[in-house]
Amino acid sequence: MPDFQPKIVAFVCNWCTYAGADLTGTSRMKYSPQVSIIRFPCTGRIDFMLLLKAFASGADGIIVSGCHPNDCHYSSGNFHARRRWIIFRGLLDFLGIDVRRVQFSWVSAAEGAKWAQLVNETSERIRELGPFAGYQRLRGLGVG
Amino acid sequence: MNALREKARELLATKTVQVVIGYAPGSGGAARALFVREAAQAGELVFDETCLQNLAAYLMKPEVRRLGRAALVARPATLRTILQLAAENQLAESSLLALVPGADGVLSLSTFSAIEAHVAAQDNDLSAAEKSELEKFAAMGLDERREFWQEQFSRCLKCYACRAACPLCYCTRCTVECNQPQWIPVPAHDLGNLEWNVMRAMHLAGRCTNCGDCSRACPVGIPLYLLNQKLCSDVLSSFNQRSGMAARADHSLSTFKPDDPEDFIR
Ligand code: SF4
Ligand code: SF4
Repeated sequence: MPDFQPKIVAFVCNWCTYAGADLTGTSRMKYSPQVSIIRFPCTGRIDFMLLLKAFASGADGIIVSGCHPNDCHYSSGNFHARRRWIIFRGLLDFLGIDVRRVQFSWVSAAEGAKWAQLVNETSERIRELGPFAGYQRLRGLGVG
Repeated sequence: MNALREKARELLATKTVQVVIGYAPGSGGAARALFVREAAQAGELVFDETCLQNLAAYLMKPEVRRLGRAALVARPATLRTILQLAAENQLAESSLLALVPGADGVLSLSTFSAIEAHVAAQDNDLSAAEKSELEKFAAMGLDERREFWQEQFSRCLKCYACRAACPLCYCTRCTVECNQPQWIPVPAHDLGNLEWNVMRAMHLAGRCTNCGDCSRACPVGIPLYLLNQKLCSDVLSSFNQRSGMAARADHSLSTFKPDDPEDFIR
């Protein structure tokens, strides 16, 4: 599918990854434009239901990113989030949802280059996986 | 069974408890819950292999709490549930005692530490059959798993019987009833059914004691136990934690270790 432009939603924390993505821009680094960034106070606030809602709204892939371990602005939000992701990923896989569509990462405020690389690689992978039609078909009844 | 009736009679006559929550024959060969409040009624209690319900669910109901101190006929998973509820600060030690029917009479456990000791000695692992069913799933292809669950969830009626049956689904206001925003769509369609079942499983992750009541309550026979057992086994393998082992314990998803696995994070 050469023309397929994946929709990627990035859930990022305010303190590290959002600032990191900002740095990517202010450093004039070019990266894949398919990503829409949503800023959260902390990775600890990124409820798994929000990821499901992103898929339901048409996202083909998701990035979830925050501060590296020990760098959380609230000291432990990312550690708690990590446990939730471990369990959530296992459940998605068990339900037959391809976890390659959800990329988790730590990107600090200084890692503008890592952010660009992360988005590029993720959008490349989602492009290969194609549209998330299986999930979007669930909307069948048109109520969401 | 006689020992159980005798014990119930004694507890009620001496006013040690105000109610004994046990089992009586129900319809269709199943057992139903029986609330015994008079010593004279204790003869109606039964205990056999049809008595499966996790009676700890009643401990969370205000109308049951108002009855006073309760003695609860407890199966292995019921004991774990009591400890899990205690660990979540939902039960006072003085509010209950657990009656465990065994081959040689009935054991009465009146403190959390007595329950902990009993639970530590019982088998809390998934059974061999349960483990092999999970392995079978792990060996299936992604599409096969998706089709399986899509078919299962397509039958969900959003009746929330699974939630009502679960002793650990005790929130007085569930996210399901929340409509600002509407997390879970009201009608039973494929998308909302998936979202509901993911949410139910996730909110019980690390808390579910694998009593099986949600699956038994489901009117359309969705194997919810598979989701619960998958999460129990992941919590054990990733965090080395089990629910319902101690009355004071960190909940596995509201605590962390600095070296939790993160091979999937870039
Ligand atoms: S989720 Fe099901 S198996 Fe787990 S505690 Fe609740 S009713 Fe029991
Ligand atoms: S009991 Fe079964 S049908 Fe009812 S809401 Fe739960 S999963 Fe759906």
